[in-house]
Amino acid sequence: MKEKIYKGIFAVLAFASLAFLMGIVIVLFKEALPIFQKVKIGEFIFGRYWYPTYSPAEFGILPLIMASVWVTFGAVLVCVPLGVGSALYLHELAGDKQRAIIKPLIEILASIPSVVYGFFGMVILTPFLQDLFHLPTGLCALNASLVLGLMAVPTVCSLADDALNYVPKSFREASFAVGANRWQTLTQVIIPAAGSGISTAIILGMSRAIGETMTVLMVSGGAAVIPHTFLEPVRPMTAAIAAEMGEAPMGGLHYHALFAIALILFLITFVFNIVAEMISRRFRIKLGLSG
Amino acid sequence: MKVLSRVLTLALVTLGLTIPCYAEKIVVEGSTTVLPIAQKAAEVFMNNNSGADISVRGGGSGVGIASLIDGTCDIGNSSRSIKDSELDKAVTNGRSPKANVIAMDGICVIVHPANSIGALTKKQIKDIYTGTISNWKQLGGPDEKIVVISRDSSSGTFEAFGALALDGSKVRSDALLQASNQAVASTVSRTPGAIGYVGLGYVSSSVKAVDVDAVKATKETVLSNKYPIGRPLFMYTNGEPKGLAKQFIDFILSSEGQKLVEEEGFVGLK
Repeated sequence: MKEKIYKGIFAVLAFASLAFLMGIVIVLFKEALPIFQKVKIGEFIFGRYWYPTYSPAEFGILPLIMASVWVTFGAVLVCVPLGVGSALYLHELAGDKQRAIIKPLIEILASIPSVVYGFFGMVILTPFLQDLFHLPTGLCALNASLVLGLMAVPTVCSLADDALNYVPKSFREASFAVGANRWQTLTQVIIPAAGSGISTAIILGMSRAIGETMTVLMVSGGAAVIPHTFLEPVRPMTAAIAAEMGEAPMGGLHYHALFAIALILFLITFVFNIVAEMISRRFRIKLGLSG
Repeated sequence: MKVLSRVLTLALVTLGLTIPCYAEKIVVEGSTTVLPIAQKAAEVFMNNNSGADISVRGGGSGVGIASLIDGTCDIGNSSRSIKDSELDKAVTNGRSPKANVIAMDGICVIVHPANSIGALTKKQIKDIYTGTISNWKQLGGPDEKIVVISRDSSSGTFEAFGALALDGSKVRSDALLQASNQAVASTVSRTPGAIGYVGLGYVSSSVKAVDVDAVKATKETVLSNKYPIGRPLFMYTNGEPKGLAKQFIDFILSSEGQKLVEEEGFVGLK
């Protein structure tokens, strides 16, 4: 009897998060769709001008999408070498002692609030980049990429580390048995075997970067133009929502347009997560772990 | 049992204490520029007068005035004076909107303290923000790209600056966006080529406020309407304000209310 009650309680808790997810999706669609009665989807996504409060208003979010793409791409360039590299070091080269120090330290990176990263970018990186590249302003896509990349390191590192741990010991032993050295074993056996797991880590790191809000609002500069270099100010989708939602009149077109941006962002991260899940499932099957 | 009855007594006493001395309710609606003042003032006012019920909504100046004309709000907030067309409609509806000025909105144009430019004309500011002028050289300054800093497009300061300084023209699309007066000021203070605009209350020694059309932005020049990028903020009522609406507006005009006005970054009337 008691067991049944516990089972019931936990089932309710498990379904509660599902219910919240449904609720969020429904609200997103309900609040986003009215904009598409006034603005065509194509014009919305591929429009180059974002002037939501003028009349006539222009709701083109291509600059915002491109900003998110650039910043996320830059963040990947930062977090993949750092995250995967530290995972490889931790897994293959570090002794127990080093591992016991480095792993928790990397995980601390994940517990720093994003506003603190934002401050770091604003106060330290901005003047540094400004002087280094002789820029009119250091608030730019590169700044956001560097900070976001750093923020995504713990995600990528710990997932990549898990992926490496899943590679059965027998693979390594077999490799050594045929005379391969440590480097050959690492590059030709371990990494290919853990490859899809590492890809999952990278994709989840990307979805962390593209959804991050506070930091990009603080360091990306916020110019709603399609960027041509990493040294230009940009306005990623999340920054636009965060900056403008507070005072957009509720129920107005601008309000619905911001929800539509959120919807598109949600669809992008949703696709990222599905792809990551598919790759990781194939990875587990390949290694003979449970599907 | 004893405990229970004590709790009950306590609850009843508390209830009795909170029964309002008078229960009046007003709706305040309109301009998002005036919204922070109205919200803050309503909060403090309701704390001091239990029982007063003031509900504050945004929507924009047009919405505020329209609701006042339709009689769905008691105070219509507006950052502009009523238009003739709105006045006609009010008369048809048998309403007589009365303007109550509650504060002034003064916007300073700020540059980096090391910038040699100390004065600009309204025309030059407009040219900078719309993209016609893009280098300080064109204004007699150093050969340096102008970093144009603006506010998020739904903020009241953006709206006021757009209307007063840019005559409604679009800000160049590559202008940097900052989400608060404070963020604009701190970005300008760290960026040598920057220009930005903030409420008068946010000017500090870390940035330089430029004169506009040869008028320095001060409380006095904003209040006397000499400074070009300033405007009065209104709370419209139907006829002379009465009852709770009158008490509320009187509170905002009191020295305590005007202090709140200044805290929100606007210019008090006294």
